[in-house]
Amino acid sequence: MVLIGVIGLAILIPIALVIPWFPSNGSKQAGNVRTLYTVLLLTTIPIFVLVETVVVFSVWKFRMRPGDEEKDGPPIHGNTRLEVLWTVLPAILILSLCTYAYTVLHSNEASKTSEMTVNVSERQFAFEFSYPQAGGKTVVSPVLYLPKGRPVVFKIRSLDVVHSFFVPEFSEKIDAVPGITTTLRVTPTRLGTYPAECTELCGAGHSLMRATVYVVPSATFRSWLSSQPANSAPPIGTPPSSANQAGVPGAATTPTAGASSAKSAAPAGASAAGVAGGKTVFTGSAACSSCHTLGAAGATGTIGPDLDTRLRKDCATAASKRIRGATLQQCISTAITSPYKYIPSGFQAGIMPSTFSHTLTSTQIQSLVTFLSSATK
Amino acid sequence: MSTTTIPQAAAPPQVKTRVPLPPKLRAPGWYRAALFSVLGLGFAVGITVLIRWLQHQHPVVDGSAITIVGLFSAPLGFLVGIGTCDYWLHWAAGRPTRPEDHSGHGAHSWRDYFRVNTDHKVIGIQYTVTSFFFLFVGGLLAMLIRAQLAKPGMQFLTEEQYNGVFSVHATVLIFLFVIPVFAGLANFVLPLMIGAPDMAFPRLNALSYWLLPLGGVIMLMSFLAPGGSFASGWTAYAPLSTTMPVGQLFFSIGVQFAGFSSIFTALNFLVTIITMRAPGMSFFRMPLLVWANFSTSLLVVIATPFIAASQFFILLDSSLHFHFFDAFVGDHNNGNVIMYQHVFWFYSHPAVYIMMLPGFGIISEIIAVKSRKPIFGYRMMAFSLVAIVVLGFTVWAHHMFVSGMSPWIRIPMMVTTAVIAVPTGIKIFSWLATLWRGVLHLDTPMLFALGFLTMFTLGGISGVMLAMIPFDIHVSQTYFIVAHIHYVLFGGSLFTIFAGVYYWFPKMTGRMLDDRLGKWHFWMTFIFFNLTFAPMHLIGIQGMPRRVAEYASKFAAWNLFISISAFILGASILIFLYNVVASWRYGPRASANPWRALTLEWQVSSPPPVFNFDAVPTVVGGPYEYGVPGAVHGIFKAPEETRVAAGFTTPPSQQRHE
Repeated sequence: MVLIGVIGLAILIPIALVIPWFPSNGSKQAGNVRTLYTVLLLTTIPIFVLVETVVVFSVWKFRMRPGDEEKDGPPIHGNTRLEVLWTVLPAILILSLCTYAYTVLHSNEASKTSEMTVNVSERQFAFEFSYPQAGGKTVVSPVLYLPKGRPVVFKIRSLDVVHSFFVPEFSEKIDAVPGITTTLRVTPTRLGTYPAECTELCGAGHSLMRATVYVVPSATFRSWLSSQPANSAPPIGTPPSSANQAGVPGAATTPTAGASSAKSAAPAGASAAGVAGGKTVFTGSAACSSCHTLGAAGATGTIGPDLDTRLRKDCATAASKRIRGATLQQCISTAITSPYKYIPSGFQAGIMPSTFSHTLTSTQIQSLVTFLSSATK
Repeated sequence: MSTTTIPQAAAPPQVKTRVPLPPKLRAPGWYRAALFSVLGLGFAVGITVLIRWLQHQHPVVDGSAITIVGLFSAPLGFLVGIGTCDYWLHWAAGRPTRPEDHSGHGAHSWRDYFRVNTDHKVIGIQYTVTSFFFLFVGGLLAMLIRAQLAKPGMQFLTEEQYNGVFSVHATVLIFLFVIPVFAGLANFVLPLMIGAPDMAFPRLNALSYWLLPLGGVIMLMSFLAPGGSFASGWTAYAPLSTTMPVGQLFFSIGVQFAGFSSIFTALNFLVTIITMRAPGMSFFRMPLLVWANFSTSLLVVIATPFIAASQFFILLDSSLHFHFFDAFVGDHNNGNVIMYQHVFWFYSHPAVYIMMLPGFGIISEIIAVKSRKPIFGYRMMAFSLVAIVVLGFTVWAHHMFVSGMSPWIRIPMMVTTAVIAVPTGIKIFSWLATLWRGVLHLDTPMLFALGFLTMFTLGGISGVMLAMIPFDIHVSQTYFIVAHIHYVLFGGSLFTIFAGVYYWFPKMTGRMLDDRLGKWHFWMTFIFFNLTFAPMHLIGIQGMPRRVAEYASKFAAWNLFISISAFILGASILIFLYNVVASWRYGPRASANPWRALTLEWQVSSPPPVFNFDAVPTVVGGPYEYGVPGAVHGIFKAPEETRVAAGFTTPPSQQRHE
């Protein structure tokens, strides 16, 4: 029996250690989690092998042989010493593992000096990252740039339902919860491009809710940050003050509730909003570029319709003119504020956020309309 | 309530026939059930229209309001119509009640299984067969999931449909298969095991059965709802669930029916076990299956009201705008999103043990009988069940390590979660010690029991890993979780269910199952189960999130492999289906005790007599005295003789401990 056990261990432990379980090791935290996992494998595999050894050995040695049909085994009712042993030993093992896991947790979540803060706001179905700058300004981006080696603290908020923020290479994850700000600490240690995923089911577009993380040398990060337009507008992560109407997070069920008010308010800010402002909204606070392709904004998203090729064509159809208004401006405005009124062929309702009439100001919507009507051919 | 004598009972001659209804519509049964369901629906239309009219709401006829009320009133109408409440209603109305003449006991043709029947053996079979129907439904939905995931890129389901399919898959298999099938098996076996003629409350037992298919039909009908079925997972996290189309309400309300079914059965088991044990059947002479169901019933009675509450909250939030979980409403953003998760998991973690402990009981029976040895450490086995019940209520927030709750809560939850592995470990080691030096009969029930030992050990190990917070943070909400839950609920619970069905099928039907087909079924299930779910650990750690219809192309190869394995795994159930159907009709007749077991259910004929025992059994020893020369568990004699016998016989199991 010992032989079976040794053979089992000799096969399983090398296999378990050779399997490339984790994606590449992208952060200080990830390194600690890997070590913890290796320790867990090395402590639990012997237990599994022990159980299997007894099962296999019993099946081989004690199985019923012909002629044994009426035989019984020996009437062993128990063995107090053995029972105490297999209660106490696992308890000690388990409490040691807990202690070790606690130290890993403590080290992974300790706050560091010189932390950089990045605000993450999530909504159906996009991420937005904002970097607070001196003077109360912020840089807003749909992709996440991080300097290598610098501890980062993410402040995470949700605008609608529960989301999550997970970068497998960092081994860290936390939910984005409406109403509270959650915190996540990561120290990236490896240059590279990684996916950020929403892992909490958040609606029809859940599996498309992704963003890209670039870990770059700190010099590159600084030059990227300074090349981005900083604005003083609050990031969209700030819940709008007017949001206390019924059905805000539930706008999917009442898509028209806020749309009409947004439309009536739109013309007021029209003159103030220029094409450049619209482009900033497109790539920044509204994060349109994470899902749509638009040459004029350098956007290459593929989740929603390609605005270069589809926008004018779809707005020109008779059905769209009837539902979304005859002019291109009316059409775009309706498409932003109540996207499910008219669904372009080949796409489905439920993917595009239907909350823009709440999350964007009427000025921002108007500037988007101006920008889009000039940018598409 | 029994139904067979009925036309006369429902229309006593002295009552003037004011109602011009044909007798078919007056007697309990399917016609009256259909009529009352329609009346229930009419009530829903009437009351909603009336209230909306009084409140000057427009439109006066509102589809979702009618749906919500109708989902309660129509099934209740059905329950009254089919006849589950006749006795109570007669009693409440002061009309003469028909004393129980047991005419509803037993089943003489397949039609009797479609009537309200108060015989625990009939109800047990109704429960089990209904649950297996939902296993096939849930399994087909799993096939759809794997077809969608076979290749990256959208296949034939849209994202919304996909979310609906996996949500219904989980809900159906948890609430309509695993939980009730254990209740079904125990319904049949448990009263026999403790020497009782029936359950304590046979009419309540019938009502709890009939609640179950209603819950299932409501869940499945959600596919017909405008906007599709509920698509927020079986967890129904707010505020996603409160903003979903009307299909979500089919979950909120369907769960209430399944939940009440569960609670009624659990109460029934508790009272039956406490009050109806045969003479001499002390608690520590009860078979471990009885202990397991006692523990499970405690869990059900205490925990199930919490999921009922959580889903009523969702219902009130989404239909009446109570804003329990709406963080963006009110002057101070009053709603609390995380509160939902706490209430939900306060049920749903104990639910994992509700889905596991009865399986432990089944395995204890089978391993003792098939090893021809007493169960090793009987008292520790019983105590560890109770320990799991207590500890099971202290671990719920380990589902919420990344939920954003206060970080300190994670630490005690990690410790309790890991410590619950100790009583579970005691059980596994005791089963191993029971195998040791036994005479192992390696037939189908035993193979499934040994397969369970292997799979459940793996599921337990990944469970301990998941308790470790830093590792859990990495893998929570990924395919690692999907792998873990299927190792526990498929490799764990379903294997014990199969073991139990193969073991008690001769008792339930009087026919033997084909052992060769059973072995084929076992090996196909065992192999392809592992090929399906083991790779999910890897892709989970690699970072593939769960509940996605679309995934990164680097996971394509593994997902194709998993899908192919899953299709074969799905096909393996056809062997089981064929075996059951063919054996039930044409299988060889089963003797009373084909496994030479000591517990009481095997001491009566297969299938058992209508009232279980022709003579009241007296229990004179432990249930697992295999290998003890001349040992008996129960004797069937006249009461005077047995009292003497019980007084003078001290069973070996007690000698050891005293």
